[in-house]
Amino acid sequence: MKKTGVFVCHCGINIAGTVDVKKLTEELAKYPGVEFSEDYVYMCSDPGQNMIIDAIKENDLDNVVVACCSPTLHESTFRNACEAAGLNPFLCEIANVREQCSWVHRDMDEATEKAIKITRSITEKVQLNEALEPISVPVTQRALVVGGGVAGIQAALDLANSGYETILVERSPSIGGHMSQLSETFPTLDCSQCILTPKMVEVSKHPNVKLMTYSEVQEVTGFVGNFRVKILKKPTYVDPGACTLCDECTKVCPVVLPNEFDMGLTGRRAIYIPFPQAVPATFTLDDKGCPGLLPIACGKCADVCEPGAIDYDMKPEIIEEEVGAIVVATGYDLYDKEKMAEYGYGKYPDVLDGLQFERLLSASGPTGGKVLRPSDHEEPKEVVFIQCAGSRDPELHCAYCSKICCMYTAKHAMLYKHHVHDGQAYIFYIDIRSGGKDYEEFVQRTVEEDNVLYLRGKVSKIFEEGGKLKVWGVDTLTGKDIEIDADMVVLAMAMRPSAGAAEFAKKLKIGLDKDGFLAEAHPKLRPVESVTSGVFLAGAAQAPKDIPEAVAQASGAAAKAINILSRDQLFHAPMVARVNENLCTGCEMCVMVCPYDAIKLEEDVATVNEVLCEGCGTCMATCLRAAIEVKNLRTQHVYDMIGACLVEI
Amino acid sequence: MNDRFEPKIVAFLCKWCSSAGSDLAGVSRMQYPANVVPITVMCSGGVSPLYIFSAFKRGADGVLVSGCHPGDCHYIKGNLYARRRLALVKELLEHVGLEPERFQMSWVSAAEGAKYTELIKDFVDTLRPLGPQAKLRRRV
Repeated sequence: MKKTGVFVCHCGINIAGTVDVKKLTEELAKYPGVEFSEDYVYMCSDPGQNMIIDAIKENDLDNVVVACCSPTLHESTFRNACEAAGLNPFLCEIANVREQCSWVHRDMDEATEKAIKITRSITEKVQLNEALEPISVPVTQRALVVGGGVAGIQAALDLANSGYETILVERSPSIGGHMSQLSETFPTLDCSQCILTPKMVEVSKHPNVKLMTYSEVQEVTGFVGNFRVKILKKPTYVDPGACTLCDECTKVCPVVLPNEFDMGLTGRRAIYIPFPQAVPATFTLDDKGCPGLLPIACGKCADVCEPGAIDYDMKPEIIEEEVGAIVVATGYDLYDKEKMAEYGYGKYPDVLDGLQFERLLSASGPTGGKVLRPSDHEEPKEVVFIQCAGSRDPELHCAYCSKICCMYTAKHAMLYKHHVHDGQAYIFYIDIRSGGKDYEEFVQRTVEEDNVLYLRGKVSKIFEEGGKLKVWGVDTLTGKDIEIDADMVVLAMAMRPSAGAAEFAKKLKIGLDKDGFLAEAHPKLRPVESVTSGVFLAGAAQAPKDIPEAVAQASGAAAKAINILSRDQLFHAPMVARVNENLCTGCEMCVMVCPYDAIKLEEDVATVNEVLCEGCGTCMATCLRAAIEVKNLRTQHVYDMIGACLVEI
Repeated sequence: MNDRFEPKIVAFLCKWCSSAGSDLAGVSRMQYPANVVPITVMCSGGVSPLYIFSAFKRGADGVLVSGCHPGDCHYIKGNLYARRRLALVKELLEHVGLEPERFQMSWVSAAEGAKYTELIKDFVDTLRPLGPQAKLRRRV
């Protein structure tokens, strides 16, 4: 029989206050296989750890049980101590007698009896444990960044500047994301494009970046360090190398479609460049509207294209890449306007969302930076801004706070006043949330210097009457009903995860939170990691956030990715499934249930890919013949543990 | 000492949610009866029906299996297999004449220390009037 050492920690009085640690130590000393048993006031302290190391050496122990706090806290501490004494760390196990025993009981006899059972059960387990070595996996030292908004650009730049080849995939024709649509940014009023476009150019020209616009990730297989990715490159029908941006094609194109960049406030042709500073700077032919793919039908753009850049025969391409880490920065969309019927959004042309208003404010926007009503191109003199349009409304819309709307609405009202000096801006709000560097001061400036009227309350209804938008609301501070004849209404719409995010998350096997944003591995301590190892999150895809937060998270995600890419080898926990070939009949039931596709049938016998296996044991519970078992938690381990739990003391 | 019956319970807790949830009960110093001895497994999906039969055979008066909530499994979908598999186990146990109350499944997340506490209290209260489990206990 193997020689086990049991070490009982008092944890001051945390354990010793409820569990009779002397009795626990003595009882375990009598247990079969236990060669050495000792207690100490703080086992995790240096003297405590040295006690374990010395005991292993002096008694030639084969394995170790530490009865102490939860393994989430000190398992690695004690395994390292065992390793220092020359014992394989997987021959050390933790009996949790604090969180699951001393802290939840008051009666000392009962708690002691339970602690004895727990420690005996772990002793049974450790006696069957084998020495294991971590599984080493080679790393592909390249990265994939999905999404070319500011977060994706930042992550790609950080990765590329650290020397790692990075593929940046963006599904629209240009990188830049929503930030490229903004006029000025709070709280400094920096021109958004002026600070973003240098980064766009830098990332596109970076020798380590492979930029793939108008492309979508179709399939992701593999695992941390070794992902295989299939990317669909959609045809733009324009050769970017030949296109000289002369703009002759748009003059002849007969098809008008809503301009996405201007949020539908203007139209664009089927052949178009999304915005003048687009990167890559080239035209794209949108095949959804173009009749010319059948050249007999139209073909006008090709006729006028002097350099002959237009190629109607361009085909979609599937490009396969191998990467070691993935950063997901798929961004956000605004809440569906169809769902905001009470505010007339989508019905009245002068009810706008925040991004549309950004386009009106933008010098490169449809009105050249003048604030004009879309309906009649008149300057609006009374503008109502409504915060929390769709946010913080668990009954009808989204329960969460979209976080940035308080700030950008203050900015909108301020910029409106800068454009229309004699105009009046009203802001309906629930609360003002201006946490952030210089944010509160910015809101105060809006109130004090620009005389924006903040009304605490919600708007119940907006309707058109006599060429004005009647806004019915209530000021909950005075308790009075409010009616405003507005010329324009701007809704601070809730942020939603971008369209297709859920589908993409499924491809990556990463989770979503209750609101559909990508779920982080831990809300406090692992905010940029997904639950899938090697996949990291950045920007508003994870939760509503402003530009500095998105940029910071992107750099964080890149650093986490570099953490993987900078290594030649990764190590994977070795508690993985193992097949007993003599018992396996090749029934494939384990293959079917494995959540990681880690089991394949080879010559009628199940074979485990140890790198993919996470050791959940679902195969083990499914196998009718006990032919597949997880190392160090085999069925016999569990049977012996059950026995120890139920034997009377 | 009162002579009331103290049921012996074995609880199979998944490492990521339910064991962490029971740790949280500890950290929050919640109190529940000491009748349960927990066995931490990686995933509720890895709980073989044989573990449950084995526990009853060796004299458990009640068996609990607890994992992550459906949809929140650390291993993507192990708990969904557990849900189906263990529903069958429950039927089988009833079929052989075991009181259905003796076997319980519950989803406890890492944030649900209070739920775990209530679960154990309720389970012990449910098992006390049933007395010792003799149906599947191995006779020595």
